[in-house]
Amino acid sequence: MLRAPQSRTEGGPVSGVFDFTLALGDDALIAAQRLGEWTTRAPEMEEDIALANIALDQLGAARLLLTYAGELEGAGRDEDDLAFLRDDREFRNCLLVELPNGDFGVTMAKLFFLAAWQLPLYTALAGGGDDRLAAIGAKARKESAYHLDHASLWVKRLGDGTDESHRRMQDAVDQVWPYVHELFTSDPAAPVDPATLRADFDATVAAVLDEATLTRPETRWTPGGGRDGVHTEQLSYLLAEMQVLHRAHPGASW
Amino acid sequence: MNARAAVAAVVDPEIRVVTIDELGILRAVEEEPATGRVVVTITPTYTGCPAMDVIRADIRRALAAAGHPDAEVRTVYAPAWSTDWISDAGRAKLAAAGIAPPARRGDDTVVPLTLAVRCPRCGSPETTQVSRFGSTACKALWRCRSCAEPFDHLKAL
Repeated sequence: MLRAPQSRTEGGPVSGVFDFTLALGDDALIAAQRLGEWTTRAPEMEEDIALANIALDQLGAARLLLTYAGELEGAGRDEDDLAFLRDDREFRNCLLVELPNGDFGVTMAKLFFLAAWQLPLYTALAGGGDDRLAAIGAKARKESAYHLDHASLWVKRLGDGTDESHRRMQDAVDQVWPYVHELFTSDPAAPVDPATLRADFDATVAAVLDEATLTRPETRWTPGGGRDGVHTEQLSYLLAEMQVLHRAHPGASW
Repeated sequence: MNARAAVAAVVDPEIRVVTIDELGILRAVEEEPATGRVVVTITPTYTGCPAMDVIRADIRRALAAAGHPDAEVRTVYAPAWSTDWISDAGRAKLAAAGIAPPARRGDDTVVPLTLAVRCPRCGSPETTQVSRFGSTACKALWRCRSCAEPFDHLKAL
């Protein structure tokens, strides 16, 4: 029998760090699953390898974060329990990572915004007071820097490329941009208040979009809810594919 | 056989020309005198490195074969692994196997720098990056413009 869903308010003393760690772990896990969907489908072989490698980095960070979240919760759940035995409403990832891949431009816009957020986030954690999160941050930030560099190159190459690539990259930025605001919702109880990362993120985005001859859209629409477990329907399909084997064969290993 | 020597001889499962000691993955080997239990501490190159499970199993197998059946392998993440931890012997073995070793970073910057990478076959600095990612998480794919051969480069991290 599967465990009954737990609301995050039941957690008791662990709420701040637990919620935060779970949310970051879910961001990385869902990003990994989406990027993995490109395997054998990328526009060129080198990019196929690149996206799979970035997915692997995200999965690595997800495993460390979810393991720690399970320990903080103290209910005996390990990384597999958290990844495979929670339903959509129990996931705390931002909506940005669960959005469908779209075309390659949309995938690069998503990865660019994600990495531009994860790099200052992990860097802040590396210098923070929680030893476990500091170790994870110090490790993951090196990988995030590489992801940001990779995505930035593609955003510039496509934005400052042909008329067609420029049009599609701008479309991608316009489509994904509203979802970045959710990342910076202030949470003073978190080990790093996400709101404090906004200036760093904005500076990175402005510099890259400028060089890519792209513009940041003006929009008042700021979809959110991921951190509270209110997701788009796309997450449910993603979870169904990701969890089916583990749920059909509990404890299977090979 | 000495526990430290047995563990230090374990080769990396994905780059089989170098040992985990030469790569800097192996952080400590401690033997508890009272019990004979060996505690090995390792750290991954990348967080998602899929070779870690194999490395743990190889360490236990090597210790058992050396007369140390009671072993525990611990994984630590801090301080984070750096390619600066690859020994000179490890660098020489990588180059001999056609894998261009990483430049020494020397500091803690996370901004990726791409310096000239010498072709491990002909030594020419006239090389081009083909792909920023390669056959394993720690490598990128390059090509030499002088001898035209493709080669792996272990990314500086």
